[in-house]
Order: sequence, then C-alpha cells, then structure tokens
Amino acid sequence: MRVVLMRPELDTAHEPGVAKPDPVLTIDGMRKAFGGLLAVDIDHLEIQRNTITSLIGPNGAGKTTLFNLLTGFDTPDSGQYAFEGELLVGIAAHKVAQRGMVRTFQLTKVLPRLSVLDNMLVAAKTQPGATFRGAILGGWHSAERQNREQAMDILQRFGLAAMTNEYAGSLSGGQRKLLEMARALMVKPTVVMLDEPTAGVNPVLVQSLLEHVKDLRESGMTVLFVEHDMDVVQSISDWVVVVAEGHVIAEGPPTVIARNPAVIEAYLGKHRGEDVA
Amino acid sequence: MEWTQILAAGVLATIGPVTAGYALSAIGLNLQFGYAGLLNFGHVAFMLVGAYGTAMTVEFGGPLWLGLIVGIAAAVLLGLLLGIPTLRLRADYFAITSIAAAEVLRLVVRSSWAEPLTGGVFGIQGFAGDFHRLNPFPASELYGFGQFVVTGRSLWVIVVGWALVLLATLFVARLIRSPWGRVLKAIREDEDATRSLGKNVFAYKLQALMIGGGIAGLAGILFAFEQQSIYPAGFEPRITFILFVMVILGGAGSIWGAVLGAAVFNFLFFATDTLMARLQANVDWIEAILSPAEAGLIKYVLVGIALMLLIVFRPQGLLRSRDESRADAS
Repeated sequence: MRVVLMRPELDTAHEPGVAKPDPVLTIDGMRKAFGGLLAVDIDHLEIQRNTITSLIGPNGAGKTTLFNLLTGFDTPDSGQYAFEGELLVGIAAHKVAQRGMVRTFQLTKVLPRLSVLDNMLVAAKTQPGATFRGAILGGWHSAERQNREQAMDILQRFGLAAMTNEYAGSLSGGQRKLLEMARALMVKPTVVMLDEPTAGVNPVLVQSLLEHVKDLRESGMTVLFVEHDMDVVQSISDWVVVVAEGHVIAEGPPTVIARNPAVIEAYLGKHRGEDVA
Repeated sequence: MEWTQILAAGVLATIGPVTAGYALSAIGLNLQFGYAGLLNFGHVAFMLVGAYGTAMTVEFGGPLWLGLIVGIAAAVLLGLLLGIPTLRLRADYFAITSIAAAEVLRLVVRSSWAEPLTGGVFGIQGFAGDFHRLNPFPASELYGFGQFVVTGRSLWVIVVGWALVLLATLFVARLIRSPWGRVLKAIREDEDATRSLGKNVFAYKLQALMIGGGIAGLAGILFAFEQQSIYPAGFEPRITFILFVMVILGGAGSIWGAVLGAAVFNFLFFATDTLMARLQANVDWIEAILSPAEAGLIKYVLVGIALMLLIVFRPQGLLRSRDESRADAS
C-alpha cells in the first residue's frame, strides 16, 4: 500500500548523515559501548524540524540506546548532540525534558496508583505548587485549574476523557500507550520521542494512535519514533533513518528506503524485501 | 478474669505518650515510604539524632528551645547527609545502606570513644527537667476515671505528644494534597517516568527524606522527654521495623494511616501483654506450662498472628482503598 505523503519530501540527498535545512536535533560522533558491544556509533545525524522521522532497524540495533542517550537517561562514551543549537551531553534527564524533548518508553510507564488525570497533571510544566516551597506557601490553585483544563482537553482528544478519574493501573495496554503520549504533551515539548508506540496495541487503536502522531506534527512538533511495523512506517513517516549495529546505514523518504538494498538486507533479510517494497 | 483491666491496659497504652511518639515517627516514615516509596530501613537513626541532639544541647547548658531546634535540625541534616550519596542508588541498595548507616550511628554513639559527649552505653539523663517544669498539670495528681487513670506528669507528655501528631499530620496532608505531593507519589510509582516528565526525582526524594527525618527527630525528642533518659539500646533497628509494621497496618500512603497503625499496634501489643499476664496468674493449666516470662513473650506471637491475618485479608492496610491496591497489581 502506497500512501501519499502529506507534505513535500525533504529536498536533500538520501544518504546517511546528510545535512537538513532546519535541524532541531544534531548528533555528532556519538558513541556508546556496553562492554565489547558498540551499541551506538553515529558520526553525524540531523533531525529535521516539524517532521515525523522514523527510526528503524533490527532488534539490538541501538535504537532504544540512542533514545536513552538523547534524553539523558544514559551518557555517551564520547560525542555531542545539540538540541535547538544547544549542546546537551551530560545534562540530567529531567532537564532535557524541561527544555522540550520528551520521551515515552518501550515498556509503557504509566503511574498505576494515580488517576488518569493525576498522571496528566504530574507532567504539567507550569505549577508553582510542585516545589516544596510552593506547596507550603499555597497559591497554586489557579495554575492547577489551568493545567486541569489543558489536561481535559488533551484527554478528550485522545479519547480518554471517560477514564479521567480511574486509576491508570486499570487501563488496557493500548489505553496506557495513549495516556503516555497524552501525558508527554503536558510538558509542552518541541520534540516528542516515541519508543514503539504501537507495540501490543490492537489495529483499530493503532490507527487512532497514528492520527495523534500526525496531529503532533501538524501542531508544530517534531516526532522521532522507533517502529517495527513497516506498514506504519511507510504510511506516516516523512523521513526514515535506518540503524543497524549502532550505525546509521541509510536515511531518506520511506519510499526510497523501502527500495534501498542495504536496508532490505540489514533489516528485513534478503528474502523478505519484495513483500515490503 | 478482669476484662476491664485488660481493656484499660490496651486503651491507656493507645492514648499514651509511647503511642504518640510512635505515631509521630510513623508519620515521617509514611511520607518517605508510603508516598515517596523510599525503603528507609534506618528510620530509627533520625529519632536517635533528634533525641541526642536535644539531650546533649541541654546537658551542656543550652536552653530547652535551643535543644529542640538542634535536635530537629540534626535529624533534617542527617537526611541530607544520608540522602546525597545513597538516594541515587536503586531502592534495594538504599534500603541496605540506610540500615547500615543507622547501625553505624548507634554504635558510634555507644562507643567509649564518644562517652564524654554521649554517655556511651549509659546514655544521658537529667535533661528533661525544663520540659517537665513547663507542665501545667500537677505532676503527682491523678486524672481520669475508673481504670482509666494517668498521672499529671504523663498527661503533659500525652497532650504535647498528640498535639505534635495532629500538627505533623496536618503538615503532611498539606504537602501531599499539593502538586508537590503528587510528584512524590509519581516517583513512588515510577521514577523513570517521572524523570522523563521533567521532574528532578533526586531532589524530591531528598526533600522527602529530610522532612520525614525531621518529624522522626521530633518523635525521638518526645520519647526522650517521656523517659527522661536516653541510651543507645533504645534505638535498635527493631524500632524501624515496628514503625514499618505500623505504617503498613494503617495503610501506607494514607494520611491518617500511620496514626491509626500506631494506635492499633500498641493496643494489640499491650492488651495481649496484660491478657497473658492475667491468664498465667489465674488459669491453672496455663500456669503449669508457662512461666511469667514466657507468658510475656506470647504477646509477640499473638500480635504476629494478628498482623498476618491483616496482611492476608486486607493487604492494603486499614485505611487505603481496595481499588488503589488493585490498580497496583495490574
């Protein structure tokens, strides 16, 4: 199935490490080894602003490790990356999030014994009452009202409004994925990084989830996501980056990537290439 | 069998200063364990530091108010010093280091090397005079009715103790019902998720450890005033575990749970104590198989059975909602 892209393709060469016109994220010489295994080894990679960029690659290719490195959950052995032109290596995970780069997790991390609404409100960016001082002094109720409105707005969009007061632990797997994504939006990010958002989600919910991902781009955010399902990648991405054994082996628009022999070999295996292209 | 006496023993213990002290300390532990998810197995160390801080200040000629400030400040400071190197560790490693730190602290206080300051194994006496001089109730007068009688001296500690319990509960409630408390609960549920949402998890855990520690320090001071003497053997690790039982019994992560847990635990403990003593003295076949000392130990068995039944039939504790614990399991 070939899907018409919603925007013109990036007018750049289709080769690993190519420069983009307006990169929101630039990675340079980033390396991370676990013992003898070089998990991530990227010479140069730019992520174009306001696109949906898919990160694909076989299991163990280093996609999640790259996510961890970019969001401060792990530190690279060497290398740099710049977010909005600012170097971020060595900065704590919570500060990366505060600067506008928010991630989700491959194994969904909702806060089970908090209500769905509280899951949202925890993430609220502006809340003076979230500091110890603010909590003692009080006067945080007006911010709380605003955050609550914003949260209800997002929950409505994600079809979770009926679950507002349920414990997040009582949600289904798919609903948890939705909640995790909705919650990330409360941080008001510029880059949203989704680690396998469709894993274990039923096909109907996948479609609505992908609509939400597109909405993120329409509202001006940049989406970087790890995905295994090639149909999903083909239908939604503006740009695809292929990682194998820690290296970027190819990048380009999805239609081009699907025909790339190196990708077919590394990721899909030699014999399955025809099914996908 | 004098059932009223058994009941009276339980009730007097429940409203007594010991329960107030345990409840106060349990409130601090509940903030750390019930809300922030910190497995603080060294909680008794905060009580020790509070008690010794106050006692040493007064012993070396400081006024009572300064002693109180020093005691509480020392407990808060312990939270800071203990937390900075250990709170970045995983939960189970934090548990191990906290119990080790508490034991090290107790052994240092107990050592002959520290004796000039802490009194070593004999501890410190004679620092509570100022506190008891503030007592508005005549110390030797009896208050109450029937079996339920306390001395004026005891009443003073009871009033101060329960007032502190009330204040600490309201203080913690204000914190927990704020967005700050919500972040704390989020950390309990999932540290990484909370971090990914832009919250400085380490700072929150450190704050929870310090605040909970300060409240425990106050509890230690209350115990010190009640007993009018302190010594290292009073701060053994089992105190921490009794506090954990109280918090879990009442419902970890519920505002009044720690207080209720302390009350129920002490009621069971002292009522069964009196019950066994009476049975031993009055029932022939029990007297035949148990010495008075052995009968005294049976109370631990009975309290243990009662707690096991509670954990089996109400694992979320007395005050926490069933739904919440179900959400946790799924």
